[in-house]
Amino acid sequence: MRREVVVTGVGAVTPLGVGARTLYERWRAGESGIENGLAAATKFDPTDHLSVKEARRADRFSQFAMVAGDEALQAAGWDRDDLPYDRARIGCVFGTGIGGIGTLERGKEILLEQGESKVPPLSVPLMMGNAAAGMLSMRYGLLGNSFGTVSACSASAHAIAQATRMIQYGDADAVITGGSEAALTPLSKAAFASLDAVSKSGISRPFDARRDGFVMGEGGAALVLEDAEKASERGAEPLAKVRGFGATSDAHHLTAPQPEGVGAAAAIRLALKDAGLEPQDISYVNAHGTSTPLNDRAETMAIKDALGERAAEVPVSSTKSAIGHLLGAAGAVEATATILALRDRIAPPTLGWEEREEGMDLDYVPREAHPLNINGGPAIALSNAFGFGGHNVVLCLEV
Amino acid sequence: MPATVTPDTVEATITEALPQFGVDPSEISCDARLEDLDVDSLDLAELSQILEDEYGVQLKGEDAKKISTVGDVIDLVVSRAG
Repeated sequence: MRREVVVTGVGAVTPLGVGARTLYERWRAGESGIENGLAAATKFDPTDHLSVKEARRADRFSQFAMVAGDEALQAAGWDRDDLPYDRARIGCVFGTGIGGIGTLERGKEILLEQGESKVPPLSVPLMMGNAAAGMLSMRYGLLGNSFGTVSACSASAHAIAQATRMIQYGDADAVITGGSEAALTPLSKAAFASLDAVSKSGISRPFDARRDGFVMGEGGAALVLEDAEKASERGAEPLAKVRGFGATSDAHHLTAPQPEGVGAAAAIRLALKDAGLEPQDISYVNAHGTSTPLNDRAETMAIKDALGERAAEVPVSSTKSAIGHLLGAAGAVEATATILALRDRIAPPTLGWEEREEGMDLDYVPREAHPLNINGGPAIALSNAFGFGGHNVVLCLEV
Repeated sequence: MPATVTPDTVEATITEALPQFGVDPSEISCDARLEDLDVDSLDLAELSQILEDEYGVQLKGEDAKKISTVGDVIDLVVSRAG
């Protein structure tokens, strides 16, 4: 019998502001964090939350991780000086798509302009993709298994999935998980633009017929996962259960999704199987919904294929309509928003959706949030995250 | 040309550099132990870069073991430069 996993705390830094509730409430209200075609975390000032030393020892992506982590631990009721479990039984799995690319770009500029001897010694420890995971384990004194996950835009969904397995299998009693990204840097912006992945109109309108690419965003989210029984023993009130996940690969193309969403559909089926559920148990889908022509069509086909008749009844919305694409942080930020939406029995809207494209006929929750149709039962959602490289991760969450 | 090396100039350089790393300026003195100032190996690597820039003196590897106070850093830089 595998152990049950609950989420006891969440935290987030996003283009809608600092705080998980800020993210959810502003998205639900139809507010957007996108300005001039970019979704920057403009409300985030590291010095509001971190000491000089903490801030300069961390790339922006690790700063997001620490601030989101602090919020999540506080929400879980954890005393950082007296953790609820043996430190050796607490792990940390934290994802990022690119890691400290801002640090890398500054280091390269110094190398070219001033020479080798002037390259900052903090370059490597700040840019490495596991820096956030390492910083969090040090910050909270976690002695269990800790590492970073790297799978582009599914990185933090992979992190949550792996954290869940560690607890289910008994390797840890609690895991701090999530992911962060700070890639609104000159090289990264230019590189995504030259790939033709970024919206030229600067508008994120997932599933709309006029969609023309994603809007780049930055931020992060952290979740405290605990063994349900141990959380209950310490008197914690869980926010949600992680029922399970499914993860597959397209083995198709480095950037393009398999056009019929075959790998994504397989991940949805695996998530349902892992959770011991049927399509009719699902009451909401938080889509990957990037606003790219290819993803949104393939994802629609995947949902229809995997959920069958249920697909026509389930609201499907994309957080990226409000905050753009947070790349490696997307999975964790969207799982966080999904949990808070499930608690309110609400499907938040896909902002900007107006024009239907032929064959894309799901309920994309246009204009405004609407209540979930669950007749007093548990609210169960799928949260999708797909990454360059053909990685597909689907989390199954219940409130 | 490297700056003139005296204990005072090196102390001034260090006193200016350490607060950038998050050290409380009021705690910096020749007798202050680096450990007490929370100056670790990464800070020392950054400080070395600044001192090399200013005085052309390298602090590397083995040196870290000989240094425990701000005064030790000053002495080492002054002796090397001389």
